[in-house]
Amino acid sequence: MAEGTHAATISVLVQNAPGVLVRVAGLIRRRGVNIHSLSVGPTEDPAISRMTIVVDTAPDRTEQFAKQLRKLVEVLRATAIDGLPTVDRELALVKVNVTPGTRLEIMEIANVFRASVVDLTDRTMTLEVTGRDEKVDAFIELLKKYGIREMARTGQVTLVRGAQAT
Amino acid sequence: MARVVAASKTPAPAAGRQMTGAQALVEALRREGVEILFGHPGGASLPIYDALYDAPDIRHILVRHEQVAAHAAVGYARASGRVGVCTATSGPGATNLVTGITDAMMDSVPIVAITGQVPRPVIGNDAFQEADVTGITMPITKYNMLVMRAADIPRAVRTAFYLARTGRPGPVLVDIPRDVSQELCEPDLTVEPQLPGYRPVLDGNPHQIAEAARALSQAQRPIIYAGGGVITSGATPELTALVDRTGIPVTLTLMGKGAMDETHPRCLGMLGMHGSAYANWAINSADVILAVGVRFDDRVTGRLKDFAPHARFIHIDIDPAEIGKNKPAHIPIVGDAKRVLAALVPLVQPPQIEAWWRQIEEWRQRYPFRYRQRDGRISHQYVCDLLNRLTEGRAIVATDVGQHQMWMAQWYRCREPRTFISSGGLGAMGFGFPAALGAKFARPDRQVIAVVGDGGFMMTMQDLITAVEHRLSLPIIILNNNALGMVRQWQSFFYRGRLSASLLRNPDFARLAEVFGARGIRVDRPEDVEPALRAALATEGTPCVVDILCDPEENCLPMIPSGQSVAEMILDG
Repeated sequence: MAEGTHAATISVLVQNAPGVLVRVAGLIRRRGVNIHSLSVGPTEDPAISRMTIVVDTAPDRTEQFAKQLRKLVEVLRATAIDGLPTVDRELALVKVNVTPGTRLEIMEIANVFRASVVDLTDRTMTLEVTGRDEKVDAFIELLKKYGIREMARTGQVTLVRGAQAT
Repeated sequence: MARVVAASKTPAPAAGRQMTGAQALVEALRREGVEILFGHPGGASLPIYDALYDAPDIRHILVRHEQVAAHAAVGYARASGRVGVCTATSGPGATNLVTGITDAMMDSVPIVAITGQVPRPVIGNDAFQEADVTGITMPITKYNMLVMRAADIPRAVRTAFYLARTGRPGPVLVDIPRDVSQELCEPDLTVEPQLPGYRPVLDGNPHQIAEAARALSQAQRPIIYAGGGVITSGATPELTALVDRTGIPVTLTLMGKGAMDETHPRCLGMLGMHGSAYANWAINSADVILAVGVRFDDRVTGRLKDFAPHARFIHIDIDPAEIGKNKPAHIPIVGDAKRVLAALVPLVQPPQIEAWWRQIEEWRQRYPFRYRQRDGRISHQYVCDLLNRLTEGRAIVATDVGQHQMWMAQWYRCREPRTFISSGGLGAMGFGFPAALGAKFARPDRQVIAVVGDGGFMMTMQDLITAVEHRLSLPIIILNNNALGMVRQWQSFFYRGRLSASLLRNPDFARLAEVFGARGIRVDRPEDVEPALRAALATEGTPCVVDILCDPEENCLPMIPSGQSVAEMILDG
C-alpha cells in the first residue's frame, strides 16, 4: 500500500445495467487508485446490484471518491463506510496439498478457523473459509507450508451494523 | 439482360406510426426543439442522413471535419444556452469528435453527439470503420448509450438531452448502429427518461445559506470568486444584486467572464495565472471567499496550500463532488447558483469594508493591466483593447487557446453572460474559429468575432469554407506572431530560451481567405490595425480574416508560474 493510504471500503448500489461495472472500474482506474477487491452481486431487488469496493486511498479522499461514484448516472447510492460499525465478510476456497501425514493436521487448523472441507482427494484438500479478511489471511498463511495449489477469494462484502442502511 | 430496379424509397412515417429508427431519431430531435445540427456523414450514418433529407425544419450544417462539428455545437450551446448537437459516422468520424466532447466535459457544456455505429451483427468484429465509441467516450461524457433497438431511440434521445442540460451540464453521446437506424419500429415518442440515480439538488440548505450570510456580513475582507456555473444557471442578476447590496468585490474565472458586467466598479476582472495582479492580491488577502460555480482549478489557485491561506471558504456548486475536491469548504452549499444566490441576497447585511476597498483600489492603481507599443510593432494587447473599445464589450467573442486567449481575457471586458467563449478546462487549440461558427449560427443577430492565434487557426481553418458557404458575417482576427506564443513564452522563461518546435512558418492568411471566397486583410503596421478591424466588423455576408502581424516577442503578463503562488507572480518581463 502506498504511503499515507489505507484500505477504504465503499459500498455502491447500482442499477443492474450493461456497462455499469466498466463505468465504476474506469472511474477508479483514471484516478490512479489500486482496487484491493471488488465484489458484485444482486440485492433483495433484482434490478439493483451492490458493489463492495475496497480501494487503496488517502483517508481524507474516501468521501471524494464516493462523491465521484455518485455522479455516475446508474449509481443509486455510494457510501464510504470508513469508521462505521460494520459486518465484513470474505469467502476463500483454498486447495492445498495433503499427504496421509498432514491430513489431520490441516483439518485441525480448519477446525480452529471454522473452515470446512469441501473436496478431498488422496493428494489435495479444498477448504472453504469465511470471515474478515484478516482471518482469511491468517488461515492462508498457516496453510502455506503444506503447499497451496490454487486459491480463489471473493473479495470483501460489507453491511453497516444495525438498522442504518449501508 | 439488365433489369431496372426501382430505387427503394424510404418508408414515410405511416398512419400506424411505423417508422425507421432514423426517422424516430429525427422525430425525437424535433421534439427536443433541435433546429440545427453540425455534422459530417458517412457509411454508418447514411440512414440518419436519409431521414434528415425529409426534415427541412432541422438545419444540417455540413462541416469539413468532425472536430469542427463538436466545437461548433459547444459554441452554439455556450452562446445560446441551448443544447448543441453534432453528428458523425462510426469509427474515424466519431473519434474526430473526441476533442470537442472532452472540451464540453471539462467546461460543463450541454451538447449531444449522435454517432453512427457499424451494424449490430458485426459489432466487436473489427468491422470496417468500427471503433468502440461508447468505450472511448466513457470518461469524457456525462453519459453515453449504445442503442440496440430502434424502438429505444426516442427514450435515448430524451435521456441524452435531459442529462446534457440539467444538473451540471455536459456532453452525452448516443451511438446508433446502422441497422438500428434502418429497423422499422413503432416507437413511443412521448416516453420519459428513467433515471432513479440522477437527482440534481437545486435548492441550497437554508441553514448553510444563513451561515454563509452571517460570514459575509461579518467579513472584513470578503471577495466573490465567480465562475462558469453562474452563467450556466443564469445567475447574473442575483450575483449583481448581491454585489450591489453589499459592495463586495468580485473576481471572475476565465469561464466566468461575463457572469457579471466587467465594467462594474466592483468587478476586478479575471484572477489566476494570467489574471489581474489586484484580483490575485485581493483573493489571497481575503478573510471570507464566496466561491460560486467554480472548481478551484490549478490555473486559478496555483499551489493549493498557499491559495488564500487566511480565508474561510463558502462554496456553492450544483455538483457535490466539486465541493472539497481541491480545497476544503468551511460552508459548503450544494445547489443551483441562481437559487442559492437568490436566497442568500436578502440575508446578507452589507459588511464594513471601506478599508478593504481602499487597499484594493491602491492595488488596482499600482498595477493595472498595461502594455507598451514597441516602435513599429503591433502589440497584441492593443488589438484586444481596441476590439473591446470598438465593440464596447458587447460582441460575442470566441477565442482559441494560448497567449491571445489570455490577452483577450484581460482586455476584453464582457458586459453580459454568454459573450466570452473559450476552451477553459481542456485548452484545446483549434477551438476558437469553430466555436465562433457555432455561436454565429446560434445568434445570427449578434456581432460574433473569432479571435485566434496563427497556430490554433491552422488546426481547424479548413472550415472557413463552411462560413463562406453560409455567408456568415464573421470577422476572424488572427493575432499572428509566427509562433506558438505560449509555448515560446514558457520556453523563454523556464527552458533557458531554447525555442524547441515553437516557431511557425505560416501562409499568407489574407490571401488564403480570398482563395476560400472570404475577405482577407493583412496588417503589418500599427496605424492600419484600427481601420482593418473596423472594416472587418462592418463586413456583411462573408467571413473576414484579418491577419495581424504582431510583436513576435511579447510575453503574456502578469503570470503566476505553474504550481506557484501569488508571491511568485511575474509582473514585468
